[in-house]
Amino acid sequence: MPPKTKVIKQRELNFLEKLYIPEVIRGVCITSGHFFKNLTLHSLHRIGLLRHIAAAVTIMYPEIKRRYPHRYRTRHRLTKRDDGTPRCVACMMCETVCPAKCIYIVAEENPDPNIEKQPKTFDIDLGKCIYCGFCVEACPEDAIRMDTQIMNIAGYTRESMYYTKDRLLNPEREGDIVKPSGSLR
Amino acid sequence: MIIEVLIKAVLAFIVLFSVLSFAGLHAWIERKQSAVMQDRIGANRASIFGFTLLGLFHPIADAIKLFMKEDFIPEGANKVLHTLAPCLSLVFAFAAFASIPFGDVLRIGGREITLQIANINVGLLYVLAMMSMGVYGVVLAGFSSNSNYAFLGGLRAASQMLSYEIAMGVSLIGLIMVYGTVDLQEIVRRQGEFRLFGLQAWGILTQPLAFFIFLTAGIAETKRIPFDMPEGESEIVGYFVEYSGMKFGMYMFADFIETILIACLTTTLFFGGWQVPFMHAPAAYSLGFALLQVLSFVVKVVFFAWLFMTIRWTLPRFRYDQLLSLGWKAMFPLSLANILVTALILLIRR
Ligand code: SF4
Ligand code: SF4
Repeated sequence: MPPKTKVIKQRELNFLEKLYIPEVIRGVCITSGHFFKNLTLHSLHRIGLLRHIAAAVTIMYPEIKRRYPHRYRTRHRLTKRDDGTPRCVACMMCETVCPAKCIYIVAEENPDPNIEKQPKTFDIDLGKCIYCGFCVEACPEDAIRMDTQIMNIAGYTRESMYYTKDRLLNPEREGDIVKPSGSLR
Repeated sequence: MIIEVLIKAVLAFIVLFSVLSFAGLHAWIERKQSAVMQDRIGANRASIFGFTLLGLFHPIADAIKLFMKEDFIPEGANKVLHTLAPCLSLVFAFAAFASIPFGDVLRIGGREITLQIANINVGLLYVLAMMSMGVYGVVLAGFSSNSNYAFLGGLRAASQMLSYEIAMGVSLIGLIMVYGTVDLQEIVRRQGEFRLFGLQAWGILTQPLAFFIFLTAGIAETKRIPFDMPEGESEIVGYFVEYSGMKFGMYMFADFIETILIACLTTTLFFGGWQVPFMHAPAAYSLGFALLQVLSFVVKVVFFAWLFMTIRWTLPRFRYDQLLSLGWKAMFPLSLANILVTALILLIRR
């Protein structure tokens, strides 16, 4: 059976609409309605009135940050055990799966007899990373996560984009973790 | 004699200065008005010593940036014409202001100063001529850039501006018939003297159709949305694609100046110029009233500049064939019909 096609008839313009000018006036009325409403609100805000009614949907970014969705992939971090050592067991799963080949791990023996290995170095070159999140999915130990909500990953040199184990373990030190503030309106 | 020249120079300076600063402000108005219309805040970061002044420093930052940019002339381009083109656009846009009357006579110290730089008795024709000359800047830009894209953009612009100039010129004939003069100062005076239903017979009352045609053609003339086919900042490549730095800035500036020019013309022709609504000049001459008239003119011009900006941020762009068919198949015949109807009515009322 061939798929049924639904024909959607385009509405014919009526005479007034074809004249164009009434419609233009209607459009201008809508936009200038917004204009005058927002202008009044902005002016009232200046003198401290009606602050609770927003005049714009803008979030003033560096001062006010919105919380990103829960599963949004932001900068990586390495999770820690209760004693502060990395959970990572240097199984190399993430390094293997990484399509950008930007994770570099050197393994060493873990002093704890119950745990076989631990990473001696664990570097991610965020200049190469494509934020696919495969490393997080591949990890059997929940040792790597992308939930820091850090978005402003930028640097003046390639080296500054190269994140070592120390930086990955302590994302809060970079001081730009998003604390939700301000309204989302 | 020297005094006469001085007075004219002062008048010219005042007009030039106010037009320049208003055009500079347009860069700010464009950003802020669109932002407020679209529930945004708009540019507000540029600051001097922590004062942002509602983003008023952004046009200054723009200008500084444009001056610092490399002035690039493409290989194989005609250097003279390439440099001349933006200047032409700007000069003709400015020159048109010479015959715009922004007030009645000013009597100071036994002297009568007409508030108009040049009292040309064919002022309307002069303004239209200057506006048509603006096409040269555009065409030359396309022609001299040695780039096919700029060339095509220039052609697009030229055909649009020429088609709309015809509709614009023809739509004004009815107005000339009603007021019986092409002297802009005289047109404004007669708009105050003539009566229609007891009101001052402004152009919008006597020639409503011509008003809409003129407004549309005027916006098309300024090459701004919804008629921004020649430029198409967002996607298509326009005639100034090979321009950079302040030469590009001059084109932007010429656009703003043309917008102000059209606002001035609409005010002068259809909204009674410097006439103060519902008020008559007192029998004895008063300086205050003359200044009030100037203020009235400025308020009207600002209103139209606002209206053009609103239209620019409301309507989407026309398709090119729609644009030309609107010009030739709708506006041109309508303006011809307008002449016919005006002539008939004038004949009956005789
Ligand atoms: S997010 Fe993707 S590209 Fe980035 S480190 Fe993980 S696996 Fe590699
Ligand atoms: S997959 Fe997890 S445990 Fe394995 S090396 Fe990567 S982070 Fe460490």
